[in-house]
Amino acid sequence: MDLGTIWFLLWGVLWAVYFVLDGFDLGVGMLSPVIAKNDTEKRILMNAVGPFWDGNEVWLITAGGVTFAAFPGTYAVLFSSLYSALMLLLFSLIFRGISFEFRSKMETAGGRKLWDTIHFLGSFLPALLLGVAFANIFKGIPIAEGGIYKGTLFTLLNPYGLAGGVLFVLAFLMHGALYLSCKTEGALRDRAVKVAEKLWPALLIVAVLFLVFTAVATKLFQNYLDNPILFVIVLLPVGGLVMQRVFIGSRRMAAAWTASAVTIAGVALFGVIGIFPALLPSSIDPAFSMTIANSSSSPLTLKIMLAVALTFVPIVILYQAWVYKTFSHKVTEKDVAYDEAY
Amino acid sequence: MDTLMLSRLQFAAATFFHFIFVPLTLGLSIIVALMETRYVRTGDEVYKKMAKYWGKLFLINFALGIVTGITLEFQFGTNWSRYSAYVGDIFGPLLAIEASVAFFLESTMIGVWVFGWEKLSKRMHATAICLVAFAANLSALWIIIANGFMQNPLGFVMRNGRAELDNFVALITNPFAWNQYVHVLSSAFMLSGFFVMGVSAWHLLRKNEVDFFTRSFKTGAGFAFVFSVVLAVGGHFHGNEVARIQPAKLAAMESHWHTQKNAPMYLLALPDEANQKNSVEAIGIPSLLSFLAFNNPNAEVKGLLDFKPEDRPPVAITFWAFRIMVGIGTLLPLLAFFGWWKANRLAQYPGYLRLMLYAIPLPYLGIQAGWAVAEVGRQPWIVHGLMRTKDAVSPVDPSQVALSLAAFVVVYAFLGVIDIYLLAKYAKKGPVH
Repeated sequence: MDLGTIWFLLWGVLWAVYFVLDGFDLGVGMLSPVIAKNDTEKRILMNAVGPFWDGNEVWLITAGGVTFAAFPGTYAVLFSSLYSALMLLLFSLIFRGISFEFRSKMETAGGRKLWDTIHFLGSFLPALLLGVAFANIFKGIPIAEGGIYKGTLFTLLNPYGLAGGVLFVLAFLMHGALYLSCKTEGALRDRAVKVAEKLWPALLIVAVLFLVFTAVATKLFQNYLDNPILFVIVLLPVGGLVMQRVFIGSRRMAAAWTASAVTIAGVALFGVIGIFPALLPSSIDPAFSMTIANSSSSPLTLKIMLAVALTFVPIVILYQAWVYKTFSHKVTEKDVAYDEAY
Repeated sequence: MDTLMLSRLQFAAATFFHFIFVPLTLGLSIIVALMETRYVRTGDEVYKKMAKYWGKLFLINFALGIVTGITLEFQFGTNWSRYSAYVGDIFGPLLAIEASVAFFLESTMIGVWVFGWEKLSKRMHATAICLVAFAANLSALWIIIANGFMQNPLGFVMRNGRAELDNFVALITNPFAWNQYVHVLSSAFMLSGFFVMGVSAWHLLRKNEVDFFTRSFKTGAGFAFVFSVVLAVGGHFHGNEVARIQPAKLAAMESHWHTQKNAPMYLLALPDEANQKNSVEAIGIPSLLSFLAFNNPNAEVKGLLDFKPEDRPPVAITFWAFRIMVGIGTLLPLLAFFGWWKANRLAQYPGYLRLMLYAIPLPYLGIQAGWAVAEVGRQPWIVHGLMRTKDAVSPVDPSQVALSLAAFVVVYAFLGVIDIYLLAKYAKKGPVH
């Protein structure tokens, strides 16, 4: 396998890891107004993701950084083409990040309410926008010769893009509900389980529709038809989705969360493999697509980056795993009682 | 306005706003780590209280530093896509390395520190904040190496119509970047010392928790004094390097128009950019500019008139920003020295304590001015001598940039106000009992 292909696959894996990790804390943020009935419960929800969300979000920074480093051509066209959508994503993430720190420091109910709303929007919009963005990437965006974007923000809001947005929102909601059913106790946990049960049919329907829509609206299946062995990848999201229901039914919530992680990673990998060897297909003419060949860095840069990634990513995984283990307890009222808590 | 001007304004807004929070993050993380380490070593509860109190102010500041930093990575792609494509082979990896070796560690350990008071051993908990401090400063190193490439491009070849990496070692050992790193870091540490001194002074004036705030003040004063000296000495060597590598920037810093040997430095000067001269020039000290720039009174200093007009940086901004930076940089070591010297008898100097409270904004102003010298003085180049800023901008519609710029201004103003409000509120509250 050549360096460009290795980096293409790593690029896909990074996005998948990001969606799996930030997916559940974005989901928790979206679920908060539904699941938490009072201020204590809201704080329990915040604290359930408190030690992790920041580290999770760095996977996004790294996915962006790797796009810049390994495929600067794609980074340039992707970010300038999706200008308004990305700015919206950015502002949402800014507000969400701040809300963790600022919400607890508001003394009035109104101040807290404001930051709760901001936290909800800061969780919902990234889920939606990432879904819309990735569905558009799967479909191809109107880039002309020289990487010039020929659309507007509204070009992205096409039916297929929006379907991707809905899929991401539902998948992250499910992921968050399953996470909460592992991390909380009592009435809160019961509510989270119930939400997961109710969400599942909706997620199933949207996922099936998205898959069918993909066959109609995109060329994503072409790679799969050319190499039928690749259909194994499609088993990930499909199998994950089925197993979620099985595990929720038997109340094995950690297993259900894992199945949900497989589903989310599976959807991302399914799309990424479908667009190979382009990172950003052009809907105008495949000749204008940003591909491994026309957008990657020099072999030297790719080699150095590979050495850095092979050294440091395992270390990152080790210490992040340690953090998850250290804070693996269930979050209860006791945890929000002391003054450092959110 | 066109996309270029709007993008420049947006980038300037994002950078300056980001750099309100970064210096305090860099220095205060170390100060808090020192306090908590001391607590672990001595078991003295006051140091734990200090770590918690200053840690809370640190966290309020940290949150904004992080989110505004993400903005900058985004903007290279959204607003400067031609730059990204042209030098991405060199610039991209530096950002990616920063994320994987430093930013991950910082963001993960901050969660551990905030939530780990009850869950970890004392030693592990102190290790977490030490790792945050280490990672934050390591993060700054990679970013400044990236900036150093823009100031003094090294380690690349022109190939396939873009700059490609040729020598990674040369890229990361760029002496310009390392000098700049020392300069930026020492300024950040000095600022953090002044922040701690200023807040402590407020409480000392009110006789709140005198022992607690005297110890805090001492820590801040020692920190600020040591690093204000490093800053001044490092600044001189950094200036030498600017003179050698970016002569147009040096000329703009001094509003020096005519190339000459034994170049004097004027204590009073007023640049008149339109007429390519100084409207006022008085009290010249012979050969001083030559000496400061090249450590040699006879050295020739190139004047602005020897650069083509399209190769000259904006003179007025660079000139004034440089003066603000140097002025503040000269005053602050004196203030820090006095505090360090009299640290045990502060109550006798209420005037000084009041002054220190009002001095909090000064290092901020000095640092922002310093970045203006570095970045405006580099113009018209985005990468010195290699790529012009006007060739770097994205082919996007100005209306999009105008809209996002307006959003930036509104959002940043909102966040800035809340942040200052919260910092002031929790600073005034004093330590928790």
